[in-house]
Amino acid sequence: MSQSNRIPGGRCVDYGSEINFRFNGRPLTGYKGDTLASALLANNIKIIGRSFKYGRPRGVMSAGSEEPNAILQLGTTPASQVPNVRATQQQIFNGLTSRTTNGWPSVDFDVMSLIGHVAGKLMPPGFYYKTLMFPRFLWHTYEWVVRRGAGIGIAPTEPDPDRYDKINRHCDLLIIGAGPAGLAAAHIASRTSARVILMDEHDKPGGTLRYSNDIIEGLPGIDWVKQITAELNAAANVDLLTRTTAVGYHDQNFIVAHERRTDDLSDVAPVGFARQRVHRIRARHVILATGAHERPLVFANNDVPGCMQASAVSAYIKQYGVRPGNRLVLMTTNDNGYEAAFDWIESGGESAVVVDIRTRVNDELLKRAATAGIRTLTGSAVFEVKGKRQVKAALVCGLDSEKNTLIGKDETIPTDIIASSGGWSPVVHLSCHTGIKPNWREDIAAFVPGTTNQKMLTAGAVSGDFSLSAALSQGASAATTILADCGFDLEDKATISCQEDTVDAFQPCFHIPHRKPTSRSPAQFVDYQLDVTAAAIELATREGFESIEHVKRYTALGFGTDQGKISNVNGIAIAARSTGRSIAETGTTMFRPNYTPVSFGAMAGRDVNELFQLKRYTAMQPWHEQAGALFEDVGQWKRPWYYPQTGESLQDAINRECLAVRNGVGILDASTLGKIDIQGPDAREFLNRIYTNAWMKLAVGKCRYGLMCGEDGMVLDDGVTACLADNHFVMTTTTGGAARVLEWLELWHQTEWPELGVYFNTITDHWATATLSGPGSRALLAELTDLDLDPTNFPFMDWRQTMVADIPARVFRISFTGELSYEINVNANYGLTLWRRLIEAGEKYNLTPYGTETMHVLRAEKGFIIVGQDTDGSVTPEDLGMEWAIARRKKFSFIGKRGIARADCQRQQRKQLVGLLPVNGDVVLPEGSQIVFDKPHQLPAKMVGHVTSSYYSAALDRSFALALVQGGLDRMGQTVQVSIGPDAWETAEITASVFYDPKGEQQHVQ
Amino acid sequence: MLKIHCPYCQETREEEEFHYSGQAHIARPSDPDSCSDEDWGNYLYFRKNPRGRHMEMWVHAAGCRKFFNVVRDTITYEVEQTYLIGHVPRESTQ
Amino acid sequence: MEKYSAYSLFKHALGHHENWQRQWRNPEPKKHYDVIIIGGGGHGLATAYYLAKNHGIHNIAVIEKGYLGGGNTGRNTTIVRSNYLWDESAQLYEHALKLWEGLSQDLNYNVMFSQRGVLNLGHTLQDMRDIERRVSANRLNGIDGKVLDVDGVRRIVPILNTSQNARFPVLGASWQPRGGVARHDAVAWGYARGADGLGVDLLQQCAVTGFEMSGNQVRGVVTNRYGTIEADRVGCVVAGNSGVLAGYAGFELPIESHPLQALVSEPIKPVLDTVVMSNQVHGYISQSDKGDLVIGAGIDSYTGYGQRGSFTTIEHTIAAIVELFPVFSRVRMNRQWGGIVDTTPDACPIMGASPVENLYLNCGWGTGGFKATPGSGHVFAECLASDDVPQLARPFSLQRFYSGALIDEHGAAGVAH
Repeated sequence: MSQSNRIPGGRCVDYGSEINFRFNGRPLTGYKGDTLASALLANNIKIIGRSFKYGRPRGVMSAGSEEPNAILQLGTTPASQVPNVRATQQQIFNGLTSRTTNGWPSVDFDVMSLIGHVAGKLMPPGFYYKTLMFPRFLWHTYEWVVRRGAGIGIAPTEPDPDRYDKINRHCDLLIIGAGPAGLAAAHIASRTSARVILMDEHDKPGGTLRYSNDIIEGLPGIDWVKQITAELNAAANVDLLTRTTAVGYHDQNFIVAHERRTDDLSDVAPVGFARQRVHRIRARHVILATGAHERPLVFANNDVPGCMQASAVSAYIKQYGVRPGNRLVLMTTNDNGYEAAFDWIESGGESAVVVDIRTRVNDELLKRAATAGIRTLTGSAVFEVKGKRQVKAALVCGLDSEKNTLIGKDETIPTDIIASSGGWSPVVHLSCHTGIKPNWREDIAAFVPGTTNQKMLTAGAVSGDFSLSAALSQGASAATTILADCGFDLEDKATISCQEDTVDAFQPCFHIPHRKPTSRSPAQFVDYQLDVTAAAIELATREGFESIEHVKRYTALGFGTDQGKISNVNGIAIAARSTGRSIAETGTTMFRPNYTPVSFGAMAGRDVNELFQLKRYTAMQPWHEQAGALFEDVGQWKRPWYYPQTGESLQDAINRECLAVRNGVGILDASTLGKIDIQGPDAREFLNRIYTNAWMKLAVGKCRYGLMCGEDGMVLDDGVTACLADNHFVMTTTTGGAARVLEWLELWHQTEWPELGVYFNTITDHWATATLSGPGSRALLAELTDLDLDPTNFPFMDWRQTMVADIPARVFRISFTGELSYEINVNANYGLTLWRRLIEAGEKYNLTPYGTETMHVLRAEKGFIIVGQDTDGSVTPEDLGMEWAIARRKKFSFIGKRGIARADCQRQQRKQLVGLLPVNGDVVLPEGSQIVFDKPHQLPAKMVGHVTSSYYSAALDRSFALALVQGGLDRMGQTVQVSIGPDAWETAEITASVFYDPKGEQQHVQ
Repeated sequence: MLKIHCPYCQETREEEEFHYSGQAHIARPSDPDSCSDEDWGNYLYFRKNPRGRHMEMWVHAAGCRKFFNVVRDTITYEVEQTYLIGHVPRESTQ
Repeated sequence: MEKYSAYSLFKHALGHHENWQRQWRNPEPKKHYDVIIIGGGGHGLATAYYLAKNHGIHNIAVIEKGYLGGGNTGRNTTIVRSNYLWDESAQLYEHALKLWEGLSQDLNYNVMFSQRGVLNLGHTLQDMRDIERRVSANRLNGIDGKVLDVDGVRRIVPILNTSQNARFPVLGASWQPRGGVARHDAVAWGYARGADGLGVDLLQQCAVTGFEMSGNQVRGVVTNRYGTIEADRVGCVVAGNSGVLAGYAGFELPIESHPLQALVSEPIKPVLDTVVMSNQVHGYISQSDKGDLVIGAGIDSYTGYGQRGSFTTIEHTIAAIVELFPVFSRVRMNRQWGGIVDTTPDACPIMGASPVENLYLNCGWGTGGFKATPGSGHVFAECLASDDVPQLARPFSLQRFYSGALIDEHGAAGVAH
């Protein structure tokens, strides 16, 4: 029958707008404003899940984010699936498709429940620690079964069609929770110019006022909410965010909030909308007005569909116009609980019985109940639920709270719904995120936020005062205090009046005893989602798991997707009793972000796909792309790797590019090298300290290679530095090291040598660099410049300021290939023009563009290192055979000098950079291959080094490599074995690391 | 999420603009060459690592690129004060 | 000690589970112990267990300021692997891995060690060189592993984004099939139960506040709960708090304690069968038996004992996970937490003598602590039991920070875990 539980009067649904949705393939209707849970209850659907360990049927327990049971899979397509949606938080929309996640063949008939029924006894907490160990090889099989049974929803199988975004926000006052306390606070703040954000996880503000019978300022609570909301919406300084949950409270009032912008509209966000948004908020002050969760009581079979929180019963009746049955049994420890019974009868429910565990109850309340036709039983408790797939009856009898035993005779009361109220747990979660433990308050039997170092005040139920008047006055006074602190003028504000009944003290009670001991009674659930029972907690403590953290970890209490919002306190209370401690002594586990789950997509925001990390391109990128270059990732840069021509393999292309440079002329885009401009009267002295080699005599117009070490003496970076003027240098760094080196220079200057007059600036992006390399480079360059390129006037390691292709340029005659080379640096805006002019002019020289791979081969042929490839942070300049770059006689003890002198850096048999020639010149040793002196007879083998760089050289017509080998510099001519695969070895000879033109005639060419 | 006051920019900014740079007030030995291996090891690697009040260096990497000192509590993560290199922190007010 | 088995479960089920023994006692401390271990995490408990089991020393106390396994043991992402680069660390971690392989049976406690394999992705040419180097070294150290190309990676993890258009395309990976994950809490509890069964006193909720010293000798520990307890030897196994205890004994360590965060998704049905790690994209992930995606975030740059780090670290990690696994975008993050990792300059532990006599250190495990647990305990027990430094511990002495003989795993580890 369609919507058989629907009744008139639901405050938050639009009875005129029918919504069609599906549940387990069944078409159903609800109304606009319904949550999936209220719509399912309206359609009298009781079982909407199966418990994960025992396969027990489960129904809706609550009406909010604390829901442990009603968790469904949403989505119509493979890409739009959303696992683990709480039906109590999901609005329905036309076309919504939902299904249960456990239960086979169906949620109504689940084979697992049979197994759970039979085998449940064999699955106490931690059973898996005690078994499934033998035989050892079967663990994989056992585990496969365990894994299949675990998990709730299903991940999408296709990439997310939606996008998400983030917003950084600042405000004077952030109010979390738009119940009475939050609204009262926001209302006051709205009359100032303070920047205010008010957020609430529900689709509408109001909190408990959405379903309560309170009167505020002479208005029904819900009307007062509407009036205040209208005012807040009209106020320019207040931003009211609904469907927005503050999920994390981080240090210094940084709050992360998750806004579900379109989840109530469709599976996939409408075109142009971000599906969800993460707000990253820095708030000067926060008012925590997050309210409280009602605690259900723990009793036997308290998970049978039809067992609910008392407040949820009211919420479904009042908010959604859904009464989930005809007969109600309500167990309570407090006066508030009665409201659900009154609402039940008022909405036309057939009968309601209140079972109050207290022996003494306010006469007025009892009279009111009697007048309403509600039967009340005091000093009594529901100790067991009858019914398997739904509640059939409650077993009730007297309760001796002192002795914690049942007394008197059992009575069976037939019913559809058993609601319980064990009091309220303030929603302290956010207050704990910055490492603050909540405090237990015996008088209200609840945890309240601990003293925090954050600029945060609490208001309303979260502070442990559950009355409406307190919520309103605390909200107002918290706002007043904060606004005054921020210096905002406040008009005098009269207090907000409200009507409320006086409420008698409630009686702390968590767990209703059974006729049988807990270990033998029907299951009494504490954490519904993870099937943690009272017996499980008692067993854990018997086994020595006494710390509440141990109890949690051993039983899994609170580890679910609801993070134990309604189970935490009950679990602690049971653990406390069974260890003979007070709850305060037992303490609590800590709540961590997120308060409620957040899509990974929302957390990633826009930092996905092409925006995952920025790409850096040089000015010449369009040309590279046109030329069909393939690219290599170097740090954030995309560098041309090689330029394959039609039909060419990588090796073909490299051979062609290499030979072109060796025999003709090639061109490389070297713009990505880090460039740091260094100026100041002491620039030279600074270089002298930071580099291992000497800099005092470098003349203007000259360049020099420099090696940089850490204080530990290990090579950090290298590059060529040019002297532009006596007090002006340009340093180049490795492509990946640019930012690190700049920070390194600043560190030393600012912290150790502030007396040195020197300044640094990064100019990497200011310049574009085209390197012409090869014997033909001089003739080509001459076509585009008037500069005197005669080698006597422009020798190796000099630089000149000139015009190239009518563009002002710095030309460096330096070489990383061993050939005659000119690095032409121009303003980056002219980079592409320069490049094109060089290519044009180069046509007749058969100018060949080459990429990083060819550059690597050419430099390796010359034995030039690449820091980070031929070094790894454990290599000293001496290990590299670069003794010549260590100026030990410098007056200043340069960075790295003392480090190199340490015992281990000076020991014999360190690994040293050498060349390797594979005996078989056709074999290119894999880079990274480990080296041994002799083939090992057993493992582990004694490794003596590894191949750092390895290529086929077209110029040498054979393979070659660079390697770090133990004592390698003293082993020239000896052979080593290189492990190139499982049981695959290659013999190679140790040689000098310079393979091509060892005398350097090509680069020094006159 | 820390918020740090840059004493150069005179601005309180998000942690993301800064890089952490280790314990503050570690002076490089004035004559490294006469240091023993032990002295040098202590300078290079050994750190106070206190639980509580910590004097440390940060650099305003995405700002003025200046290094400065911070007194921060390593348990509460509260930043007590920031001050210039070469200066000493004010006495703790707590 | 009662033996756990399917039979014992069945037997106790008949008795409504009312008669299970305590897994460990709650003893009153003695005045004097042969060995006191400070720190009741996995490493400390394993040390006590192996001391008692292998070295015949039974007069041992483990002193824990909170609850057993409450520090990093219960806060990590449970990855176990031994494919380290350098011989020294590879051999130590491989020793641990071999112990892992028989640990459930040895302890009679199912630590659910699941060898589902570990993939370390390579995204750049340098990544691939490093992978080749590491796998080659592993091979010669007798450790399983191979280099996979992108097709090989795709076969193992079909849901991984292996598109060549990705920001950092996957070029290949190293693959250690014997690596995997384990149930972290069970490791602490299994060792605790085993040690207790061999007579070790486990003293919880008891903080060490100082050392009883005689000259440069440690004679015992001072506690907040039981006053002074004497010991012939003291082993300090307190991870992030090592510096604090070193301070009590009057020395500093080359250790900084940093926040390291982790997070889990809501539980979903099995979708990821192996451990996947990426240094370049900075994320690592596995799926637990419960169904949660267990994700490790990077280390926060600053020091901190707050067991929490910065939100940006979490954001970057999640962006990386979504980049690697676009199908996880609509899966939801459930919970995050933080630990305190004790990092050393070379990302390798410190094991052995301290500058103070009778006080021994086992710390500095950084992000490698959990996977090393059995090996760390086994080797450290040997350190405490004899005057000879065991072979496997030798490279990890404090002395290396003076001589310069560091074992730099940074190159091999990156975000490391």
